[in-house]
Amino acid sequence: MTDTISTKPADKPAVNYARQFERIALLLVWVIIIGLFSAVMPRAFFNWGNFSIMFASYAPAALLALAIIIPLTAGDYDLSVGATLTLSASTIGVLNVWHQMPIGLMLVIVLGMGVLVGLFHALFIIYFRVPSLVVTLGSTSLMSGLVQWMTNSSTIGGIDNGLIMAAVGYRLFGIPYAFYYALAAALVMWYIFDYTPLGRKLLFVGRGREVARLNGIAVNKVRVGALVMSGVLASGAGILYAGVLGSADPYSGLNFLLPAFAAAFLGATTIQPGRFNPWGTLVAVYFLATGITGLSMLGIPLWVTNVFNGGALIAAVTISQITRGREASDIG
Amino acid sequence: MTGVSDQTLSGPTNHPGAPQALPVLSVSNISKTFGGAKALQNVSFKVMPGEVHGLLGKNGSGKSTLVKILAGFHAPDDGGTMQFNGDAVSLPLKPGDYRRLGMAFVHQNLGLIPSLTVLENLRLVPLTSGKALYIDWSTQDRAARQALSRFSLDLDPNERVDRLTPVQRALLAIVRAFEEIEASRAITGRPGLVLLDEPTPFLPAAGVEQLFSMVRSITQSGSSVIFISHDIDEVMEITDSITVLRDGEMAGALTRDEASHEAIVKMIVGRNLFKTARPAGGPVERPVFARISGLSGKMLQKSDLHVGKGEILGLTGLIGSGYGEVPYLVFGAHPARSGTITVDGGAELAQTALSPRAAIDMGFALLPGDRQGASGVDSLPIVDNLFLPDVSRFFKGGFMRNRAMVREAKSLGAAFEVRPNDPGLKLSALSGGNAQKVLIARWMNRSPLLLLLDEPTQGVDVGTRQQIFAALRAAAAKGMSVICASSEAEQLAEICDRVLVFSKGSICTELVGDALTKEGISEACYATAAPASTSPLTSRVAP
Repeated sequence: MTDTISTKPADKPAVNYARQFERIALLLVWVIIIGLFSAVMPRAFFNWGNFSIMFASYAPAALLALAIIIPLTAGDYDLSVGATLTLSASTIGVLNVWHQMPIGLMLVIVLGMGVLVGLFHALFIIYFRVPSLVVTLGSTSLMSGLVQWMTNSSTIGGIDNGLIMAAVGYRLFGIPYAFYYALAAALVMWYIFDYTPLGRKLLFVGRGREVARLNGIAVNKVRVGALVMSGVLASGAGILYAGVLGSADPYSGLNFLLPAFAAAFLGATTIQPGRFNPWGTLVAVYFLATGITGLSMLGIPLWVTNVFNGGALIAAVTISQITRGREASDIG
Repeated sequence: MTGVSDQTLSGPTNHPGAPQALPVLSVSNISKTFGGAKALQNVSFKVMPGEVHGLLGKNGSGKSTLVKILAGFHAPDDGGTMQFNGDAVSLPLKPGDYRRLGMAFVHQNLGLIPSLTVLENLRLVPLTSGKALYIDWSTQDRAARQALSRFSLDLDPNERVDRLTPVQRALLAIVRAFEEIEASRAITGRPGLVLLDEPTPFLPAAGVEQLFSMVRSITQSGSSVIFISHDIDEVMEITDSITVLRDGEMAGALTRDEASHEAIVKMIVGRNLFKTARPAGGPVERPVFARISGLSGKMLQKSDLHVGKGEILGLTGLIGSGYGEVPYLVFGAHPARSGTITVDGGAELAQTALSPRAAIDMGFALLPGDRQGASGVDSLPIVDNLFLPDVSRFFKGGFMRNRAMVREAKSLGAAFEVRPNDPGLKLSALSGGNAQKVLIARWMNRSPLLLLLDEPTQGVDVGTRQQIFAALRAAAAKGMSVICASSEAEQLAEICDRVLVFSKGSICTELVGDALTKEGISEACYATAAPASTSPLTSRVAP
């Protein structure tokens, strides 16, 4: 018996072990599946080249998942991020390849477009009070249509080499730069979520809008800001996607939506369980990426990817429901 | 004390044939252990036909556990027995078993579906479980009207429930419960039991009266009612016998004749309450802190009021009288139709333009009545809830000082006697009373100039109430002004320096000094509702 102030109840440590385990459970599962795939394919799977490609090629998906958790934390869905990514990548294709616009100016235009997408959503969600699910589902179709019109439904190849080099040309520790952009975004978001008043406001706006309002938080501004940020990040993901592919594909971007949502919810079961958190999201993206990469290297047919992603989304939400009560379902 | 006194068994004497009747419900030696903790220990009581049985106890005394066992939600420990109308019932009950026996529950949230009509809510069970291939709406309508008219309740069956007043909703829920026990009575031919789990805290005095007369009609039909409440006076008024729980055990069983307010409080709390009396004598002269003119809202008509520096001003009245709107309108939380406010002799500001942010910056604080919906976020930690309005204070050198936050939260929690005092816990981990302490601490920590309260002790146990009152009084003594809207006359009489009674949207009576008593407040509420009776207790004192 020491004279320290800590007078914690006897059953406390047991609870904390469970908590600690919950934090790292997904990381452990990740290590286990890496181990399994490596045992089966020691040469093809377990080498740095494979991992560095995976880290780079899933960087746009990681940015997209990070984009989603901003409005999710503030209590709004943004289902349009996949379409925003496609719109942004296609705009780069059209302006850069067809109209020879310099890449620097284009980045500004495309990111500005992300702002507009966010403001468009905010107008309907916050001003006209249309549910975010409906607005962003509608704008997904709307933007997909625009993309088809812009690109004549064709893939545009020959994107500026500077962008390609910036995405996959240069490497650090063998991993293309693309990954580090996602890492940087996660770092900035971690700082904002955990170490700024804005992060707390975001959280309270999401969990208790009326409580936040009555405590003097500018609820609408926070929600607009979150939607704009997800638009900008999704546009950024589009830029990265164009760089990684070296071309603008008017269709494949939408396939990112489901894995991104799966990663967002799966990420909310780890690192900081019960909250959408950037590190958890990043871990979840690469956990899913590892599963899909491994499975496809085993020669499992393409449809398994969809089953895997969809199953992961449902499993992630189910796990957070079971372990954390109803928190993850607070979004509406 | 696990037994029930003989007097309790005899039941109400006004009920013919009661002495030899079987109890409707009889439970004995009910215990419930959660993990290692005893939530209930050897609880026994009986409810006679035509009786209203009160169930009292603090938050956490085991009342809700008992209710959940009766509803088949929890399985009790082995060893308990239960009889319904003399027949042994095997425990644990299965969920829904209570309906077959002839029991019905009205929980505090009432279990109504707001977006559906009165008819659909009232006939929910017959509409959804009927075997008919189609619904004959005219029959359903007739049945609904009949059920409503039995209690002379003037409701349109086609009105949506979310358009009803809180009182009407509560009454509707009770009508539905009564219909349910009547339905099973038609089969078994034996009396049923309606359990009302704290139906009154959200109701104004007049609504409580209506509810009581409905309870009396139920018992006149021979069925029984279990009435659970925090309000001792209500329990004394309506019940025939009372069971008090404390820390999961029987603290006592009383008949109405034996029961005195003090005896019950003693049983609930287990100790004598420290009564802090208001300083005796007339009104104290205080400089005016805020003067509000021409304030109007949804129900509130243009009203003028002021609050002095260090004064605790109470606002009360019947439902619809508009008093409950005042804290929200002053804070800018709900839009005011008109009104101005002058603070500390400064410039006149329009209430219509005031936002919560601006109000906070002026040193105002609002503690809404809806604790979970508007006051705190259950799913977030206590520490974040505590510093919500001024979280930026901890942002130094580009980073939130999370450790400093927890440290300050810990000492604040200790000062306000929050138990358990662990700021990392979620707010939902605390009992209602402790959560309220956290939310009061949030505002008091900022030393507000004007604290606006709406039903601050709703669902808060007696002991915690006293702590909250003491904290309010201490802060008022240091110059904080308080405006407290409440429907509880007793509470207002205890803490307020002055009480304004509202009627039909306007202030009608001002009570100070000797006129400021529980009876005086209640009477002022009713006097204004029925202008014929003039009360000697009400007095108008010029500010």
